[in-house]
Amino acid sequence: MEKILEVKDLHVTFTTYGGTVQAVRGVDFHLNKGETLAIVGESGCGKSVSSNAIMRLIPSPPGKISKGNILFKGHDLTKLSEKRMRSIRGVDISMIFQDPMTALNPTLTIGTQLKEGLKQHRSVTDQEATRRALEMMELVGIPNPEERMKQYPHQFSGGMRQRIVIAIALICEPELLIADEPTTALDVTIQAQILELFGKIQEVTGVSIILITHDLGVVAKIADRIAVMYAGKIIETGTKREIFYDPQHPYTKGLLNSVPRLDVKEKLKPIEGTPPDLFSPPEGCPFTPRCPFAMEVCNKVYPDSSILSDSHSVNCWLQDDRAKQLLTTMVTN
Amino acid sequence: MLKYIVKKLFIMVITLWIIITLTFVLMVSVPGSPFNSETNSNEIVQENLEKHYNLDKPYHIQYLLYLKSIITLDFGPSIKQPNQTVNDLLGRGFPISFELGIVTIIVAVISGIILGILAALRHNGIIDYLAMGIAVLGISIPNFILATLLIQKLAVDWEIFPVATWSSPLHMVLPVLALATGPMAIIARLTRSTMLEVLTQDYIKMARAKGLTPWKIIVKHALRNALMPVITIMGTLLAGILTGSFVIEQIFAIPGMGKYFVESINHRDYPVIMGTTVFYSAFLIIMLFLVDIAYGLLDPRMKVNKKEGE
Repeated sequence: MEKILEVKDLHVTFTTYGGTVQAVRGVDFHLNKGETLAIVGESGCGKSVSSNAIMRLIPSPPGKISKGNILFKGHDLTKLSEKRMRSIRGVDISMIFQDPMTALNPTLTIGTQLKEGLKQHRSVTDQEATRRALEMMELVGIPNPEERMKQYPHQFSGGMRQRIVIAIALICEPELLIADEPTTALDVTIQAQILELFGKIQEVTGVSIILITHDLGVVAKIADRIAVMYAGKIIETGTKREIFYDPQHPYTKGLLNSVPRLDVKEKLKPIEGTPPDLFSPPEGCPFTPRCPFAMEVCNKVYPDSSILSDSHSVNCWLQDDRAKQLLTTMVTN
Repeated sequence: MLKYIVKKLFIMVITLWIIITLTFVLMVSVPGSPFNSETNSNEIVQENLEKHYNLDKPYHIQYLLYLKSIITLDFGPSIKQPNQTVNDLLGRGFPISFELGIVTIIVAVISGIILGILAALRHNGIIDYLAMGIAVLGISIPNFILATLLIQKLAVDWEIFPVATWSSPLHMVLPVLALATGPMAIIARLTRSTMLEVLTQDYIKMARAKGLTPWKIIVKHALRNALMPVITIMGTLLAGILTGSFVIEQIFAIPGMGKYFVESINHRDYPVIMGTTVFYSAFLIIMLFLVDIAYGLLDPRMKVNKKEGE
């Protein structure tokens, strides 16, 4: 399969008065054409920072891509000039933001905001831009698009605004869409509609999607593959099936256990403890203090990635043969 | 919208009436009269004069006469210069004061906004510190001190600009500079802080994600939102410039309305006091009204709220 995006050993740091925050610490992942990859993790694990790094939208200073490569169709985005990058943003790679209530400019009409990107990058007349905008509004399911185009964001509901944000992101027919928590700010019924819309969009346009979320329900609905992130690192990746039915990392298991379920009448099992301080991240596995299976080695050395299948890999000492032996002896005793 | 304007107009008239009444009360409660100076010691002459100007009548009659003169827009002749009516004075002084005020506002708004934007874009950089340094100086130095400084340095020592009066664009430079610096500083500081806030908004990030040029992002997306608070304080600034112009006109010997206003109070020239006060108040009230309208034009959310209020 053709890889549209490949992120290699990405490091992002933020320099603050209190010290340097290592928000992303060596992230590797790739995205195939037409696929949906979900990056999952709790708040502050670096998932949004990674996605902003791909768009080169990290505010600098204080932020900086300190190491690593981002290959988009073979071109390294970290090496491009800001001007060149502008011609990629919105055209080849688009982004959808978390909160549709704040992502639209309150003083400009919906039509203006829709057409703006198209006019910036393509030499189109206003008429052509309008026609294209109407098409997009129809695609994302906005009734009376002609009338709605003349209105302002405050005249739209949250769900409708998110549809507009999606339409704006898609208007230049990008090949990659980064959706940063696109449904977090919406209520559940609207969430379901927006997720369905993502499926429809992918069918119509064939766009590849990176979905950033902490909501495993969302992931289950639309992702093909999943990357689980913790404390600035990706600790496990696999297909949706592999992650949901055969999770290997204790953190992934913990995440899945902490999803509320209707069919099980048990108390929710949260992961105890809090993530590490990224001002001075631990040398070993960052999950060690919260991990029920932690061993001495976990504190000291970060585990290499263990390949379980073509698509499934995990960074955990439990995958080591010695740990497996230990576990079997413990069970037999 | 029409209902809103009518309501506003009604409030404006009430405001004006309160100002007129207060001015009248202040006028009659301040000791002294136009004819008290040493030269007019003859009692009979004084009585006749008071009769002529209706000053011998009880206060409520005087008050009603004043109201009548305002409604008919005929303030009568000045007491000190009986050959001129108040309307003559206004007609002569106002265009000059207006010119000074307008040029000052334009200079203050444009330079203030530019300074504010530059400071915000180079946040915590040299330009930021420089601009904010200028702004702090501009706010803290009263305009009459700045005016004398400017005259001393630019007019007397270096002879770049004329010292005083109002006859060519070159004559405008110093008074406008003296009058505009304060409001400019306030606008610059406000623009900077709102701009900094707006630049962190999601819609700015979204505009960047669309691949727009920095220029477009700032002018189209950021500036309009950042200017709302600036529009809001324009009313106060206008009032400040108006009152500031009295002093500045005195210092630079500009034959505007300020001169008549100050002199009329010193001389207890009642018709002129009334006329200038009413005129200035009406002008300011109308300006504030225009600021309100401008606010609605800049922010689409305002318009709808007004409609819903109907």
